[in-house]
Amino acid sequence: MPESPSVAVEVTDLVKRYGTRPAVAGASFTAAAGQVTAVLGPNGAGKTSTVECCEGLRKPDGGTVRVLGRDPLRDGGWLRPRVGVMLQGGGMPGAARAADVLQLAAAMYRRPRDPGELIAALDLGAQLRTPIRRLSGGQQQRLALAVALIGRPLVAFLDEPTAGLDPQARIVVHDLIRELRSTGVAVVLTTHLLDEAERLADQVVLMAGGRVVAAGSPQELTGGGGATLSFDAVAGVELTALAVQLPAGITVTEIRPGRYVVGSHSPQAQLSPADVAAVTAWCARLGMMPEGLTLGRRSLEDVFLEIAAREHPAAVAVR
Amino acid sequence: MILEPTAHPAPTEAAAPVAQRVLAQARFDARSMLRNGEQLMLTVILPLLVLVGLSRSSVVDLGDGPRIQLAAPGVLALALISTSFTGQAIATGFDRRAGLLRLLGTTPLGRTGLIAGRVGAVLAVQLIQIVLLGTAGVLLGWRPDSAGIVPALLVGVLGTAAFVSLGLLLAGTLRAEAVLAAANLIWVLLLAGGGVVLAADRLGPVGPVVQWLPSGALGDGLRSSLSSGTWPWLDLAVLLAWAVIGTAATVRWFRWD
Repeated sequence: MPESPSVAVEVTDLVKRYGTRPAVAGASFTAAAGQVTAVLGPNGAGKTSTVECCEGLRKPDGGTVRVLGRDPLRDGGWLRPRVGVMLQGGGMPGAARAADVLQLAAAMYRRPRDPGELIAALDLGAQLRTPIRRLSGGQQQRLALAVALIGRPLVAFLDEPTAGLDPQARIVVHDLIRELRSTGVAVVLTTHLLDEAERLADQVVLMAGGRVVAAGSPQELTGGGGATLSFDAVAGVELTALAVQLPAGITVTEIRPGRYVVGSHSPQAQLSPADVAAVTAWCARLGMMPEGLTLGRRSLEDVFLEIAAREHPAAVAVR
Repeated sequence: MILEPTAHPAPTEAAAPVAQRVLAQARFDARSMLRNGEQLMLTVILPLLVLVGLSRSSVVDLGDGPRIQLAAPGVLALALISTSFTGQAIATGFDRRAGLLRLLGTTPLGRTGLIAGRVGAVLAVQLIQIVLLGTAGVLLGWRPDSAGIVPALLVGVLGTAAFVSLGLLLAGTLRAEAVLAAANLIWVLLLAGGGVVLAADRLGPVGPVVQWLPSGALGDGLRSSLSSGTWPWLDLAVLLAWAVIGTAATVRWFRWD
């Protein structure tokens, strides 16, 4: 990771509405050159609308978007040769052959990447003469990625680049994204796969309901790798009695019905053996068996569910 | 997997020259049209059948004079409409649904380059149509007036502009399946009573209306220029007006997604 990564994408207070329904309601984040920034969130969180504003495909209703310091709408002519885009669903013409589409894309740039090299990297060599509609979903995805990268972009916006890929193809795409990062490209990808974001991203932007609910490196978001305690029990247990016994900075959350996580939200607080004892003693008092009691690291999924539980009015979350 | 480092800033001009971009798009679109069986049926096979049918039978009254002299310009008009309107609208409608229009809008081609390339492809396919159908017409005895070639070319260009803009309007406002149905239906209606192969003055009571349609102006314009070598000023004006209206409406209502 570079010492002081230069900002390639800067989104500030972005608002995008469709009719009266806000898809993005004041989102802000930055993405740096030489880093993978994952915009993460459930379906309908506003991820695609956000990147489409960055790509110049949609006009923001509020806030500003800057890509390489420029306005995607006003400076589209300058930005388009420098920005690679992979749309959700690919956007590929069904009747055309894979090789023709890649060649067409290459012809748009003065110094394109060698199509053969990308084809080899993405393992598409056997499908070049096949009409796109007869390619598998995964092959279409990889072709769309090749089209996004053929012009040697400085910024790559990849909307769900691994959707519909089998595990092997996912590894191929992940490797390609890591190589992009190592050559200084700012990669902005959307995903709803938490493990993908955790494995691939330098920065994670967590979106829910059109807003950025958390942002940072996966390590920062998961509390610096501190321990968490999780267990299953009956849903909807009153948590106040436990919460008051836990030290400051340690919280207990029912992240989904019947699933409880005890952990720290700040680097200052660490889960201690005494906290584990407090949890098990609390369970004992209630005559409740903590099924699947596990001491482990908090995953991005735990963070996400905790945040979702906090955001949701019906969520049971204490402190 | 070897990717050469690209950490250096992009060259000042990272995009290919605009002519190269538009030509690449035009070549791609033209090849797509020529590879597509249904499109070929519409752009070449059906006009050829209409040409042979009209010149060899006397089922339909084309008007005074040798039948081939009236049939050939009308069939050329029909073929130009097939490519610039029906074929182009259907292709654009499905490309729009697939997301290709949005995707190409993010490449250096941009939206104007995309339209320019598509128009280039239409013109290229039309050139092939003119050569094929013109040759067939001459073999069937057609003798176009050489003085009418220039006005006929102008009629063809303005007619193409009008029909491309109307085709884009259709493709950019309706669902792909609706574009398919509407574009084909309109083609059949224009063939039957749009003043394309049958002169407007042969259409009875609807004739005075039809001559103000782009189809009637295109058909009549080609017939009068290629048959008698005259400049069809009224038809040219009508086509120009439709091109302006169609382009303005397309700019106003075309949706890329």
